[in-house]
Amino acid sequence: MSTNGASAPAPLGLLAELTHRCPLGCPYCSNPLALDPRSDELDAATWARVFREASALGVLQVHLSGGEPAARRDLPEIVKAARDANLYSNLITSAVGLTAEGLSKLADAGLDHVQISIQDSEPASADHIAGYKGASARKHALAAEVVRLGLPLTVNVVVHRANIARVEAMVEMALALGATRVEIAHVQYYGWALKNRAALMPSRAQVEEAVGIVERLRQAHRGRIVIDAVIPDYYARFPKPCVGGWGRRSLNVTPAGRVLPCHAAEVIPGLEFWNVRAHTLADIWRSSPAFEAFRGTDWMQEPCKSCALKEKDFGGCRCQAFLLAGDARAADPVCHLSPHHATVERLAGERADAAYAYRHS
Amino acid sequence: MEQAGPIAAGARPRLPRGVRLTHNEAQGGWLLLAPERVFKADAVTAEILKRCTGEATVEAIVDDLMKAFAGAPRERIESDVMKLLGGLAEKRLLELD
Ligand code: SF4
Ligand code: SF4
Repeated sequence: MSTNGASAPAPLGLLAELTHRCPLGCPYCSNPLALDPRSDELDAATWARVFREASALGVLQVHLSGGEPAARRDLPEIVKAARDANLYSNLITSAVGLTAEGLSKLADAGLDHVQISIQDSEPASADHIAGYKGASARKHALAAEVVRLGLPLTVNVVVHRANIARVEAMVEMALALGATRVEIAHVQYYGWALKNRAALMPSRAQVEEAVGIVERLRQAHRGRIVIDAVIPDYYARFPKPCVGGWGRRSLNVTPAGRVLPCHAAEVIPGLEFWNVRAHTLADIWRSSPAFEAFRGTDWMQEPCKSCALKEKDFGGCRCQAFLLAGDARAADPVCHLSPHHATVERLAGERADAAYAYRHS
Repeated sequence: MEQAGPIAAGARPRLPRGVRLTHNEAQGGWLLLAPERVFKADAVTAEILKRCTGEATVEAIVDDLMKAFAGAPRERIESDVMKLLGGLAEKRLLELD
């Protein structure tokens, strides 16, 4: 490819998937359909090295994610390693499997921020979506602990057909829990979510109403809570600049150590991913074939190639281009200029109240 | 951004838990980190924020900066400090006790 490592910008964020294990089974889980087994997980010492290499490369924030990161007993050690590497650490947790005592150990180890996902404001519906009885109550209890320890709390809400009518109630709930930030993320259709697309997809009218409500709440709660919203893809006219541009701002390390430009990148056939067990992170960022494949804009074809927006959205999501247009170099079909845009409109119209295919580990 | 009211000279500003000033060579200097947010901090901003420990008063911080930036007029430093602290407090990136 024409980009060479020397011109690679400095990344800002690292998503560390510490494990794919999780007690919950959300039908929109972004983990791949084939999960990394526990026996392949990187040990804490390797994570510590990865964090040091990441910091030297420019990474400022590490997102400790999964699966459920608390499924790892050495989580305090991993948090401390992030702190020692001068990284800002963000724990992304389902709250199930993390006790108050466990959380206070993480706080002592230097954890900076906690993000708890909630499935719904209605407990019964929330537990149904998570596929875990009592999950909702545990989330409330852990949120209270986070606030008691003085850690900033973000509540993350994944929005889809079963809960979209309660967007306002979910934001109110985040406020009541003491969150200073709430993320309203409409489901992105990869991995398990793609399998469950027809059961998760809201209607256009529902999406438009939800977007309007979020806008109103953002004004109403200014200064009390920050509302960040991820616009639902399938109903957009332009794609999102996926991961801020391929190989530009962030990297993702899987439980077994493969380094991906975005969490879904493994769906694209033919990409060669390097592993932190065999290469330094700097080498991988600058020279691994997967990062080089779609960095910059030279790989583009029409309509992106001559589009004025190509430096803004980078042609959208490569994984979605592959999944929906059959070609990872195509424009993201979410874009109304894509010749495959009609496919997206057709798929958005396929809605069926089927039972969820829960993820299972 | 507008601030709610003037900051008292006796206030003791500090960065709340979850907000950290850091230095990263590859990113070219000082940065203020908060949940899902990164702000570049120029040299003056960094010098002010390093002093926001919750112990020093705003007045003491200004005095100390006078030494660090010898020759700069006090009113100028004071107004820089007030502007920065007011803006950060409004975004909940700073606590004033
Ligand atoms: S989305 Fe749900 S199932 Fe997937 S890792 Fe997160 S909590 Fe677990
Ligand atoms: S044509 Fe390509 S670059 Fe232009 S807006 Fe659509 S996806 Fe983005």
